[in-house]
Amino acid sequence: MLDFAALLPYSHVFIHGLITTVEISLLATVLGLVLGVTFAVARQYGATWLSRVVNVYVELIRNTPFIVQLFFIFFGLPSIGFKLSAWEAGTIAMVVNLAAYSTEIIRAGLASTPKGQWEAGKVLGLSFKQTLFRVVIIPAIEKIYPALTSQCIIVMLGSAVLSQISVQDLTYAANFVQSRNFRSFESYLVTAFLYLFLAILMRKAFNLIGKRLFSYRAER
Amino acid sequence: MSMKSFFGKVLVIVASLSSIAAAQANTLEDIQQRHLIRIAVPQDFPPFGSVGLDMQPQGIDIDMANYIAKQLDVKLQLVPVTSANRIPYLQTHKVDLVISSLGKNPEREKAIDFSKAYAPFFLGVFGEKDIPVHDAADLANKTVGVTRGAIEDLELTKIAPKSTTIQRFEDNNTTLSAYLSGQVNLIATGNLVAANIAKRDPSHAPVSKFVLKNSPCYIGMMKNEPALKAKVNELISKALKDGTLNKISLKWLKAPLPKGFGE
Repeated sequence: MLDFAALLPYSHVFIHGLITTVEISLLATVLGLVLGVTFAVARQYGATWLSRVVNVYVELIRNTPFIVQLFFIFFGLPSIGFKLSAWEAGTIAMVVNLAAYSTEIIRAGLASTPKGQWEAGKVLGLSFKQTLFRVVIIPAIEKIYPALTSQCIIVMLGSAVLSQISVQDLTYAANFVQSRNFRSFESYLVTAFLYLFLAILMRKAFNLIGKRLFSYRAER
Repeated sequence: MSMKSFFGKVLVIVASLSSIAAAQANTLEDIQQRHLIRIAVPQDFPPFGSVGLDMQPQGIDIDMANYIAKQLDVKLQLVPVTSANRIPYLQTHKVDLVISSLGKNPEREKAIDFSKAYAPFFLGVFGEKDIPVHDAADLANKTVGVTRGAIEDLELTKIAPKSTTIQRFEDNNTTLSAYLSGQVNLIATGNLVAANIAKRDPSHAPVSKFVLKNSPCYIGMMKNEPALKAKVNELISKALKDGTLNKISLKWLKAPLPKGFGE
């Protein structure tokens, strides 16, 4: 027999978990994308050594499992005297992870910028910086915007792993409730729907931001 | 043979058999006569009983069996058992005593008799030596690591003050890693797990702060053995007094007997 009412006494646990997941995901998305843009520019237009350093970072993160990165930050770093709380370690791991993936995605956008845009900037007397930020970057992001949106949602869903280091996120709430009332079907089903809801919400938010960001097209 | 006389014979046989069973056995006398005691010990449950590098059985239960045999001045035969068959071995007279990390529960008490406790087995809160925690109330505003859903989690959740942060980890190993990496400096776990940490990393040996749930180990024996039970209890009391039990605990559990043990 299914008994969703058995979850009611734990509703505050789910709410607390939901808030934590939203908090961490929001922070990770904003910081991760800012770093992603910075690193992508460094990787694409920076000095050779800088481009190489960024490349090593990107490949290191993209080719190792998220949970290993997380355990390394939470369990590994304290042994060299760098101790973080579970919440901090989880957030940092997500920022580091998203920054690496978004660097590669945004770099692809930058790389596909037609030469003509740079040349147009040059003949108009714009500096490199002006061309980059006023001409190149927005269309570049627009090209890869769907991929970027998906990556951010993947990282938000990946935050489920943070429960492994005792971050009290949504998955932690589900595990906790399940270990108390043994209603695994109900608690994981509700949790799955909450994640689905968050993912849809996030996509809508990205679409909204995208509309404003790329409004230059509509104005024309 | 008529049906009636057949049943009569069966009745006589059954009656004589049950009179044998009812006669009070005296295993203690048997042991002394044959100059040998047979004791069931675990072989796959360190630190209570396991096979050492020299292929010899070792552990708390083996030390305890040796102690009993020595005190009785008889030879010792160790009989390796599993946790599932240790009570059947006793009931079928294959062994005289079971020293096999045996805990007490009402169901077992119906089947066999128990001596006094000889080894500590408990769930408790452990932590670094200098943390001043003596009971649940002292956990206020502190952080305790625990394995989610384990009995110690349920017990701790019941008694911990509201201001305590309980950090729940996925499994025992993650809880241990959290303690060893210093992410938490108090954990709720079993004394065996704590002994394991002490062995791996003596400088961070977790010290028992208070007990959450106590289930010490007893020596098991057949029912209706007053002489044997009295003798075993006497030997345990003696071992408690002269420090033998404490020495065994220090050797295998890396911790002295908890306060009030055996009272």
